Amino acid sequence: MSNRFLSIEGLSKSYPSKSGELVVFEDVNIGIDKGEFVCIIGHSGCGKSTILNVLAGLDTPSSGNVIMDGKEVSGPSLDRGVVFQNYSLLPWLTTLQNVAFGVKARWPKWSKDKVNEHSRRFLEMVGLGHSLQKKPSELSGGMRQRVSIARAFATSPKLLLLDEPFGALDALTRGIIQEELIKIWAETHQTVFMITHDVDEAILLADRILLMTNGPQARVAESVKISIPRPRSRAEIIETPAYYKIRNYLVNFLVARSGNLSGSSGSAASETREVDPTLLSSEADTTTSKEPAPPRPRAVNNY
Amino acid sequence: MASLNVKAVIVSLLILLVGLGVWEALNQPPAASAEMTEYERLMGGADQEARVPPPSQVLSHAFDELSDPFYDAGPNDKGIGIQLAYSLYRVLTGFIAAALVAIPLGFLIGMSPLMYKALNPFIQVLRPISPLAWMPLALFVIKDSEQSAIFVIFICSIWPMLINTAFGVANVRKDWIRVAQTHELGALKTAFLVILPAAAPTILTGMRISIGIAWLVIVAAEMLVGGTGIGYYVWNEWNNLDLNSVIFSILMIGLIGMLLDLVLGSLAKLVKYEE
Repeated sequence: MSNRFLSIEGLSKSYPSKSGELVVFEDVNIGIDKGEFVCIIGHSGCGKSTILNVLAGLDTPSSGNVIMDGKEVSGPSLDRGVVFQNYSLLPWLTTLQNVAFGVKARWPKWSKDKVNEHSRRFLEMVGLGHSLQKKPSELSGGMRQRVSIARAFATSPKLLLLDEPFGALDALTRGIIQEELIKIWAETHQTVFMITHDVDEAILLADRILLMTNGPQARVAESVKISIPRPRSRAEIIETPAYYKIRNYLVNFLVARSGNLSGSSGSAASETREVDPTLLSSEADTTTSKEPAPPRPRAVNNY
Repeated sequence: MASLNVKAVIVSLLILLVGLGVWEALNQPPAASAEMTEYERLMGGADQEARVPPPSQVLSHAFDELSDPFYDAGPNDKGIGIQLAYSLYRVLTGFIAAALVAIPLGFLIGMSPLMYKALNPFIQVLRPISPLAWMPLALFVIKDSEQSAIFVIFICSIWPMLINTAFGVANVRKDWIRVAQTHELGALKTAFLVILPAAAPTILTGMRISIGIAWLVIVAAEMLVGGTGIGYYVWNEWNNLDLNSVIFSILMIGLIGMLLDLVLGSLAKLVKYEE
């Protein structure tokens, strides 16, 4: 695992509480390859935002560590760009200035023209070339999030962290921006780690989906491979038979197994299983939904 | 909306006309009912009662004063422009000095919970002190009436700016601080590029309150220290029993106070942002 681009090793977070130590998540091990798009899904309170904040350097874990590109992560860095759910644009700056803010921080020696040119290019990529001089208050939620995405991509971080970026948007806008994200990701090939609540969104975007059990004592139970070929689009992906198989598998996990698996610690249970739902037989698929115990899918390779 | 504005102007003018009319009517000297005696004529007419001058007199006096605002005929007779300039100089000097202290100190208090807790008792005790109560101590220590007046302005303008700056800085949205952190901005850059613009509207509100208070206090301070300034002018004209000048200077105090507020109001508009 240590030879991967990003590896999270034995990460845990706990808070002192009245009834002793409250363990939000423990023994989280994640490895991400360069250029991979990874989504993480789990119920509220499982600590996925905390994991993202640790990756961003904005929070510190209780134990474990994060190694990116051979170096341990400590503190925030421009190597790791973040897109927050609430956009986090600076409201006194225009669209262009907000993106230029990031570009200037990344390349302080660039001339003003170069900074603006670079910023403009990324704003055009998300379809905002016509709103450069607008303030965030004049933009809709979807447009604001596009600015935020442009700001993150424009600094070309080694790792891009997206914290439920489309959570506050309506379904139609979300769909449009998801496709824009696919487009910009295809052009830049960033490594992306994204939190989402939306199963369809995760299948559309991700190479792999990490499933977390419910907190407290949450952990990453499964790593689901999304084998649907790229380029993907919302219209075409729903025609793929694999789509429904994956979707059912994920929904089943979130509805039933995320709760059953939670809190069960121990060396065997703490390992993350790799799953490709398209290789499961439909029989195994249906029986697992009724079984309270952890399922035994056929295509599992523990490592 | 335009029609509402027009209506408001009409109503304002009506109120003004009625007010001036009543004031004028109530303050006419009584018509001599009988032939005055020689004695009465020598004593300046039958009117024994002191009267507030009617607006017509005040306005014609105002016209005279404003047509030559900067004359200087000795320490006791200077034009209204000179007096106002003295007052404005003191207010602005004290106010700017207060801003130079209050805004950096407010930044420190706003950014550090420790300093907030440590300095809060001092602020709470010092803030309610009437600025004029400092005057004797200021005169004793500074030994200069001019600078003492400036000090009084300084001490009265410092509190609203200090408290508003600290509040504005302490309440900058965490998200924006995180943006600064994830972009690896240093402390100084974070302060100037993120916290200052984020807190600027609150700071400006504090400055606006301060300049208002400073303009209130300068009149009283100058009545005490004397010599020059609009406050001294009002009191001096009262001693001269020149009520025309007293009323005229009251109006000028209001006008300048409004202008000061307008200037800071338009500065506040420049830094305002909508979330």
